[in-house]
Amino acid sequence: MYVAVKGGERAIDNAHRLLADRRRGDRTVPELSLAQISEQLALGVDRVMVEGSLYDRELAALAIKQARGDLIEAIFLLRAFRATLPRFGATEPLDTAAMQVQRRISSTFKDVPGGQILGPTFDYTHRLLDPQLDLGSDPELPERAPVSSEDMPRVTDILGRDGLIEASPQADAEVPVGDLTREPLSFPADRDLRLQNLARGDEGFLLALGYSTQRGYGRSHPFAGEIRFGEVELEFVAEDAGFAVPLGTIAVTECQMVNQFKGSATQPPCFTRGYGLAFGQSERKTMAMALVDRALRARELGEDALAPAQDEEFVLSHSDNVQATGFVEHLKLPHYVDFQSELGLLRRLREEFEQDAGNNGAMQEAAE
Amino acid sequence: MNAPSYNFAYLDEQTKRMIRRAILKAIAIPGYQVPFASREMPMPYGWGTGGVQVTAAILGPSDVLKVIDQGSDDTTNAISIRKFFAKTAGVATTTRTDEASVIQTRHRIPEAPLHEGQVLVYQVPIPEPLRFLEPRETETRRMHALAEYGLMHVKLYEDIAKFGHIATAYAYPVKVAGRYVMDPSPTPKFDNPKMDNCPALQLFGAGREKRIYAVPPYTEVVSLDFEDHPFTRYRQNAPCALCGAEDSYLDEIVTDDKGGRMFVCSDTDYCETRRAEGHFGSANAPETERADV
Repeated sequence: MYVAVKGGERAIDNAHRLLADRRRGDRTVPELSLAQISEQLALGVDRVMVEGSLYDRELAALAIKQARGDLIEAIFLLRAFRATLPRFGATEPLDTAAMQVQRRISSTFKDVPGGQILGPTFDYTHRLLDPQLDLGSDPELPERAPVSSEDMPRVTDILGRDGLIEASPQADAEVPVGDLTREPLSFPADRDLRLQNLARGDEGFLLALGYSTQRGYGRSHPFAGEIRFGEVELEFVAEDAGFAVPLGTIAVTECQMVNQFKGSATQPPCFTRGYGLAFGQSERKTMAMALVDRALRARELGEDALAPAQDEEFVLSHSDNVQATGFVEHLKLPHYVDFQSELGLLRRLREEFEQDAGNNGAMQEAAE
Repeated sequence: MNAPSYNFAYLDEQTKRMIRRAILKAIAIPGYQVPFASREMPMPYGWGTGGVQVTAAILGPSDVLKVIDQGSDDTTNAISIRKFFAKTAGVATTTRTDEASVIQTRHRIPEAPLHEGQVLVYQVPIPEPLRFLEPRETETRRMHALAEYGLMHVKLYEDIAKFGHIATAYAYPVKVAGRYVMDPSPTPKFDNPKMDNCPALQLFGAGREKRIYAVPPYTEVVSLDFEDHPFTRYRQNAPCALCGAEDSYLDEIVTDDKGGRMFVCSDTDYCETRRAEGHFGSANAPETERADV
């Protein structure tokens, strides 16, 4: 039995000791280093940083190791650490046009200023298992191009020049950026909070929701206007200095979806935007995020909001995998007190049912 | 590496102040759910993060903490939370209800009457009593604001029409200080009357749902019912097999696969205290008594 009797404390300690042993696995196999995880399982580290909402490769790698490769558990570890960190403020908005791009593609134009840059991508690879990897041979060194110092214009900016796409919303410097980790989310939520929620949201959940919009549940006719991945500089305005101080660079992926909009009484038809941004190389995540962001703008754009992906409360309340996994898994906790109460009620209802059945039977016999 | 270091009772002081403000507001408006910026805790959501945050915010170095789950001090989650505070706050812990200044609980209210100065902290999974009637927060908040509780009464009435009883055995809704309908957390309805006019402060923390609510000491708490279908407590019709108590809530322990079962107190401290006082039940009657049978 896993509860009730004395000795639970020792059982927990022993369970944790066994877990530590299983995490290590066969001790004749060399132990993973954090550098190995960070370098060779880089996309897993990216995902843990995004959904853990903390940009720290080393801690994310540690979390993955500690979680035995369970990424949601690793995200949880990182979040719990993040929750205790003091807040100094918010950085200046990222300028993704100034990104040092490693990959940049647009599906809406054959060619764009700055070019289509494929970069490190699984796209167009044949998904054939490669036994060579097991032999540990070093792959060929990649081709290299000189570092560009020129900005790479965003495809949506090109469309924007002709007014074919809605203007990008301008940040109001007077209004502080929302933060759902400091103020509990209330509905309806503004777009900054929605995007924060989606950025932290579970990739699988957003993927399924984004997919559902493509299959007719809140269809928005999306095009991948642009996806770019690379390093951007972070700046922070220090009160003492009085000007923006560079903090360093982070790797991010940005996705701008371009969606149809039929126009309204006050607005001519134009393209609208769905936006996705995540740490590291997280293409699937940012694309799904952009689809869901656009779907959640239904109310703002005066569209019918009938599909799950357009339902703000439904999406934002269920996107967080740390919350979801906790509550689903809490069913493992003992519930025998409530169960006892239900059992009592059920027994009583069944007794009364049988009594009634007996009475009805007797009445029928009497009638015959 | 950014090696972590932690404050007394884990949470940073800024967070504790935010939670204390929410608690004060909750006490000022009994039964009202106060939103708060719940933090990720080092235990999973749904495992008591709301209760843990409330406890962390009110705990002082001289407090004596008791943690129960299902009424027991020895269930795995109770042990885990008690160890967490023993480690992060270094406070004294106890299993004795009367010795504790703060009692964190999941699913039960202790059998021994609580006294003034004690705080009972409930872990709450779904704080919204109307949630299963109306899934939208925007709607339920409006319903509370307007004290529009007709839907709840209709649900209870439909239960009676269908089953002959109100078919809610736990998390049985209550009305606090004549105003807000409140979820007492998933305690069996047997415990509901203990909430009424209780000398101790009752605090409720829901971490995942980011809500705190409270019942101040000596506040009226009424279980919803109808004049012709009054609220009734439910208890297994048996004495405790270990201490013979006739007034405590009982757990059913399945003893074999042939229908054998025994009933024992769910509140382990209550049962142990009674046994120490010389009470006994059918399962541990002294030899002499057994010989008489």
